[in-house]
Amino acid sequence: MAAENTGGSSVEYIQHHLANLSVGHGFWQLNIDSLIFSFLLGGVILFVAMKIGQNLRTETPGRFQNAVEGVLEFVDNQVKDSFGSKAPALIAPLALTILVWVWLMNFMDLLPIDLLPAIAHGLGIPHLKIVPTTDLNTPLAMALVVFALTIYYNLKVKGIGGYIKMFLFHPFGKFFIPVNVVMTLIEELAKPISLGLRLFGNMFAGELVFMLIALLTLGASIGAGLLIWFPLQVVLDVAWLIFHILVITLQAFIFMVLTIVYLGMAHIENDAH
Amino acid sequence: MNINITLVAQILAFTILVWLVSKYLWTPLSALMEARRQKIADGLSASERGKHELKLAQERSTELLRETKEKANDIIAQANARSNQILEDARVNAKAEAERIVAQASAEIDREVNRAKDVLRTQVSAIAVTGAERILKREVTTKDHEAALADLIAHI
Repeated sequence: MAAENTGGSSVEYIQHHLANLSVGHGFWQLNIDSLIFSFLLGGVILFVAMKIGQNLRTETPGRFQNAVEGVLEFVDNQVKDSFGSKAPALIAPLALTILVWVWLMNFMDLLPIDLLPAIAHGLGIPHLKIVPTTDLNTPLAMALVVFALTIYYNLKVKGIGGYIKMFLFHPFGKFFIPVNVVMTLIEELAKPISLGLRLFGNMFAGELVFMLIALLTLGASIGAGLLIWFPLQVVLDVAWLIFHILVITLQAFIFMVLTIVYLGMAHIENDAH
Repeated sequence: MNINITLVAQILAFTILVWLVSKYLWTPLSALMEARRQKIADGLSASERGKHELKLAQERSTELLRETKEKANDIIAQANARSNQILEDARVNAKAEAERIVAQASAEIDREVNRAKDVLRTQVSAIAVTGAERILKREVTTKDHEAALADLIAHI
């Protein structure tokens, strides 16, 4: 690391990048940047949907419609693999939204880490975190919606009695009811938590690595040291960027597949056990 | 990275987004894709049906051709039989005609022979009478003469 770089400024740089643009304090803190970027990206999805919807063609789909149809079919196949043909109408659009939205939010991670915050700084905005999925609230919000749907479908398919039975007699049978309740409770709670934390952790760590790479030449003065550190930074950045393309896609896909799987499990009757 | 009210906001945002995506992207597009799938399936089944009909038509035309050939063969065979019949009839007729002509000719010949014989007989009898006159140097009575002639004619 360049000699000019004191530990203090590195920590300051990272902490600056980890702080959200927010209003309010404590629980009432609202992370405006997460909201703005996630809304924007949701808006992108809806804009594309409208754009395609205006010009839907059965016979001669345009290239763009083809691409969207490809994604849609891919998601639909995932759902069908899990559910068969009896999936509720909500599942597939939910999975599609998760896949595309999470991917777009993750994609913000590939933008140069200082670009938008620097512009924002120029406009007088002190903090800006452009990747909504590195804000735990966003992945957890989606995970909780999925969790709520899991409970809803569990109740709908198994009935209240069936759902309670699942807690009582699963996984060890009727002689271990207290153990079963604890086990199933942990199992059920672990689903949304792991779902949200997995995405958050991956994206957070990915962004942190970008920050560390950026730190290589942070505050370095023009000189011999820069000749070594700058090429290294470029090489590392490109390598991590390429790897991260895989990561963001994979994380979006995993989030979608796990959503489908959890909701699919909610649709399995108790008799299976 | 602490959990705060943003979570609630994002839950709302996510729910609304899912609803909007479902309404404006998923439903129309999947309906369209389903319609297209149906159309393709219809087209395929129509082509299958067309192929089947073509096969049937081909079979029918082959059958028709075969029948026609058979009919033509029948007609040719009938014509051949008829011509043979005509030839046979002609042959039989010709033979009968020939026989008739031959019979007529032989009857004519017989008649001619008999006439010649008669002429000959008369002449011979005349010669014989003349000869006998000459031998007898006498006039035979008409009665004797006729008797002698009848006797002669009976002998010839």
